[in-house]
Amino acid sequence: MSIPTTNKQAEEIGKANKRKYMLERASQRVFLLCALLSVITLLLIIGFVFYKGAHPFVAEGYSFIDFIFGSDWVPSEDKFGIFPMIVASIYATIGALIIGVPIGLFTAIFLAEIASERLAKIISPAVQLLAGIPSVLYGVFGLAIIVPFLQDTFGLVKGQSLIAVILVLAIMMLPTIVTVAETAIRAVPQTYREGSLALGVSQIGTIFKVIVPAAKSGIMTAIVLGLGRAIGETMAVILVAGNSLIVPTSLTDSVRPLTTNIALEMGYAFGTHQEMLFATGIVLFSFILILNFVLAKISAKGGS
Amino acid sequence: MRQFKDNLLRVLIWLSAFLSVAVLVMIVGFIFYKGIGLINFNFIFGDYSPDGGGGIWPMIVTTIYTVLISLVIATPIGILAAVYLQEYAKQGRLVRLIRFATESLTGIPSIIYGLFGAVFFVTTLKLGMSILAASLTLTIIVLPVIIRTTEEALKTVPRSYREGSLALGTTKLQTLYKVILPSSMPGILSGIILSVGRIVGESAAIFLTAGTVAAMPDGILSSARTLTVHAYLVTQESGDIELAAAVGIVLIVLILAINLSATYISKKFNKATNK
Repeated sequence: MSIPTTNKQAEEIGKANKRKYMLERASQRVFLLCALLSVITLLLIIGFVFYKGAHPFVAEGYSFIDFIFGSDWVPSEDKFGIFPMIVASIYATIGALIIGVPIGLFTAIFLAEIASERLAKIISPAVQLLAGIPSVLYGVFGLAIIVPFLQDTFGLVKGQSLIAVILVLAIMMLPTIVTVAETAIRAVPQTYREGSLALGVSQIGTIFKVIVPAAKSGIMTAIVLGLGRAIGETMAVILVAGNSLIVPTSLTDSVRPLTTNIALEMGYAFGTHQEMLFATGIVLFSFILILNFVLAKISAKGGS
Repeated sequence: MRQFKDNLLRVLIWLSAFLSVAVLVMIVGFIFYKGIGLINFNFIFGDYSPDGGGGIWPMIVTTIYTVLISLVIATPIGILAAVYLQEYAKQGRLVRLIRFATESLTGIPSIIYGLFGAVFFVTTLKLGMSILAASLTLTIIVLPVIIRTTEEALKTVPRSYREGSLALGTTKLQTLYKVILPSSMPGILSGIILSVGRIVGESAAIFLTAGTVAAMPDGILSSARTLTVHAYLVTQESGDIELAAAVGIVLIVLILAINLSATYISKKFNKATNK
């Protein structure tokens, strides 16, 4: 642009600049709006699910205590108790953690510290790929292989059981835990290893006394992510859970966790019944919030 | 004693690694072994018939619809949101709130999204059980993924690019479109591809919002079933493991292709930046 020689030219440049600034400001607003959309949707989700789920207790006189601690779920008789499902969800999650976390963590240690570079380069991408496999397929595998196996081994009438859910969830968590924990372990500076080994600590000693503690926060993230996948899993669980409405007393009992209750009945539920399914959703939601909170606390403690 | 403990741990590590790999190989092996007999041209491109036989083309089309619609909505919103967070926002309360919301959205299980979709998109917005309702629900599910990966990609653009461009007298917006976005494109792209994987693998949320109609969808307002929902339903209703496994093969091949292209793009990207 040439130096303005007349007033008119100066005015035109001024106008162009003004437009530019306006465009600049307007686009910033649009960007902000897009960013705020995640806040808005989160509020909408919480709002709608809680509104629907709280309605029977606030407006229709149902007791929330009976809902949580009641053990009968018979929608046709107006009985809504989800205690067996809460217990089933807790058992299934803890069981999957007990099996999945050590195996996943050890596998991550193997890939990052023990396996040869070449072997790790083959296994790691394969495990990563498995993290992306649709969870339904884990359920299909569970129903076709794990369930009959349990049936034969323990002489069960029905192989669909709490232990089947635990195994499927543990397997499903594995790729996530392995991938994230491996990355965390690899991120530990080489000097830590060298320092420890130079002090005469064995390789295994170095791994468990130096490297794993140093990678703690990443390992915690791995567990939280794996847990998140397990606890919210629905369709794969339906296939292997058996869906009995009892409080499980043994690993071989057929169960119905919270998620499957929603998916199984949402299709035909209406009125109070449907609202109770939303209430089930709230319980599941709170469950996840509490678990994340507890794990965050644990990892914060470990960090200091 | 220490020697013994070391050896024990070493054995446990090897055993765990072997177990993980064996189980995972078994799953993929099982799906392919069971399903490969059903895979042929007619199975993939043939129309579905309820009396068994027939193909899964309607489910493939439905899956493609959901991927396209959710990405068309989620991609621009997600990218612009990330641009705001990385390039415009002053770090403070508002940004913390937005980050918190995005992270919270990542942690919500898909069945809850399904519930929300069922009451909001299906009932309140009167979209009915439909591909559109499912796609909008999926949009919310992948939005945090796109925001996060785009943010990461934007972070890798060197400061000097921005300074160089601004020093030439460009506006912030011009710098964004001409300099920052093009140089972070590969990172953004692999984020989008990962979202495709997430959408293809999703089942519970789609089950509650798109319904289960096994027919070629008339349009985006008709109810239909995706590949994952189909795999679930044939297993649950008729116990047809072979059919489910055959659908599984299609899904695994899709996911494999998606992952490979994401890796390819990010590798290319790394090469370009290391030059």
